[in-house]
Amino acid sequence: MTDTDDSAGWFAGGTSASAEAAGDESALRARIADGEADAPRDWPHLAVESGFADSRADYYDRLHEASVAATREAVRERERADDKQLVHAVRAMDDCERTANELAERAAEWAGSLFDEAEPGIEGARAVAEREPDGELERRAVSLSARVADLAAERDALAETIDRIAPAVAPNLAEMAGPELAARLIALAGGLESLAKKPSGTVQVLGAEDALFAHLSGRAPSPKHGIIYTHEYVRNTRPEDRGSASRALAGKLTLAARVDHYSGERRETLHAELRERMATIRARAEEGKDDDRSGGDADAEGDV
Amino acid sequence: MYGEPTADGWRAWDPGRSKLGGMFELGFQTGLSGGETVLYLGAASGTTVSHVADFAGPTYAVEFAPRPARDLVEAAEPRDRLFPLLKDARTPTRYAHVVESDVDAIVQDVATRGQAEVAVRNARFLADDGRLLLAIKARSEDVTAAPEAVFESALDRLREAYEILETRRLDRFHEDHLGVVATPK
Ligand SMILES: C[S@@+](CC[C@H](N)C(=O)[O-])C[C@H]1O[C@@H](n2cnc3c(N)ncnc32)[C@H](O)[C@@H]1O
Repeated sequence: MTDTDDSAGWFAGGTSASAEAAGDESALRARIADGEADAPRDWPHLAVESGFADSRADYYDRLHEASVAATREAVRERERADDKQLVHAVRAMDDCERTANELAERAAEWAGSLFDEAEPGIEGARAVAEREPDGELERRAVSLSARVADLAAERDALAETIDRIAPAVAPNLAEMAGPELAARLIALAGGLESLAKKPSGTVQVLGAEDALFAHLSGRAPSPKHGIIYTHEYVRNTRPEDRGSASRALAGKLTLAARVDHYSGERRETLHAELRERMATIRARAEEGKDDDRSGGDADAEGDV
Repeated sequence: MYGEPTADGWRAWDPGRSKLGGMFELGFQTGLSGGETVLYLGAASGTTVSHVADFAGPTYAVEFAPRPARDLVEAAEPRDRLFPLLKDARTPTRYAHVVESDVDAIVQDVATRGQAEVAVRNARFLADDGRLLLAIKARSEDVTAAPEAVFESALDRLREAYEILETRRLDRFHEDHLGVVATPK
């Protein structure tokens, strides 16, 4: 572009304020978000010269309006994209794990017929993958084990990615639940926004419909917990207090998801309150009380 | 005009939270006295840049992380000469179509690896007599190296595009940070 050319400016192609159509404003926002120029120019001056703005002050007013709107939009888009990425990552991780385990069985069975010391599972497949094959059949069996090892490595890499991005997508939820459980809750709900809009009773049993938890929910008439069972606060609480623990945890997780969705700031009080509540629940065990409240709502204060 | 920002404009700044506030407090020659055009790199949620916009002139605020940028937008909305941009300071061509040339000051506080490089790439926005007000965080470059060594190599890179006018450790307010004032070569 030349020095007399204003076509690289974000306002190029835009008409003066008086003639502006609704479509113009969104085109201008898109230019701010996606435009480029090799070098900055005296844009206020060029904008006035080209008739886009009446004066420098008018130019800045319009830039203010457009940059606030464009950036607000870009932020929303990026955040939406991020929680969707997290959902993809956690689902891919589960697929890798399931497929790796399934294939490991087949690989181990095969390897067992060829080699004496073949061990089952992913570890066994890793060992077989290291072998020097002899002949076509061994080559295939060793190669199959190598695929299993690769899939398991991909699963681990996905877990690391989730550990990294979950705190950015949902800082409070990730801190409270751990990155992986946070990602799973978001995935089960179908996104951070829909998780934020669920009542805590729903969050409490999210994932209970899963085959993985069928045997757990099968023990009780109605499930006390879904995937949040994997949280230390539920799992390591004695059975008669687990209902209270999962209710308290689900209540705070729901609030964490809301804070993450609506403000994005870390809220220390949430975490402190949950720690206190859990200390109270666990103190029951130490005091030797065994009042089973898991069926009732006597301590449903964790609900929102 | 707002007069010297050491009077009222920046009293509200907490020099312990804002690197620029710390530089003012330590008596750096920032060249800011009110009304300047400013490009601010690493605006985060807008704490410091909103103070800057209150006493300076047109202020462009660049931040690349969506979460703090959300608050930056809220801080910018009521300030009609503060322009928030969700951009990566390492690729100035993505905002050179918005940010004007010959700004009076670039304030940079990105605290990520390659801080000198970011300053060099953004030198194109600065007027010949404009100033770069830069905070370098040693640990963002290399956690294991001695801060002095990190600062030296950052300054070497800076000298390719800038003349260094002043450097001083900000440790009183910000541990392992170096404050730098520079002007284009
Ligand atoms: C130390 S904080 C800035 C605090 C802010 N200057 C204040 O005083 O209120 C650093 C910010 O720079 C942002 N940042 C880091 N690298 C960046 C880049 N390449 N482009 C834009 N922003 C960046 C980070 O996301 C973070 O919000």
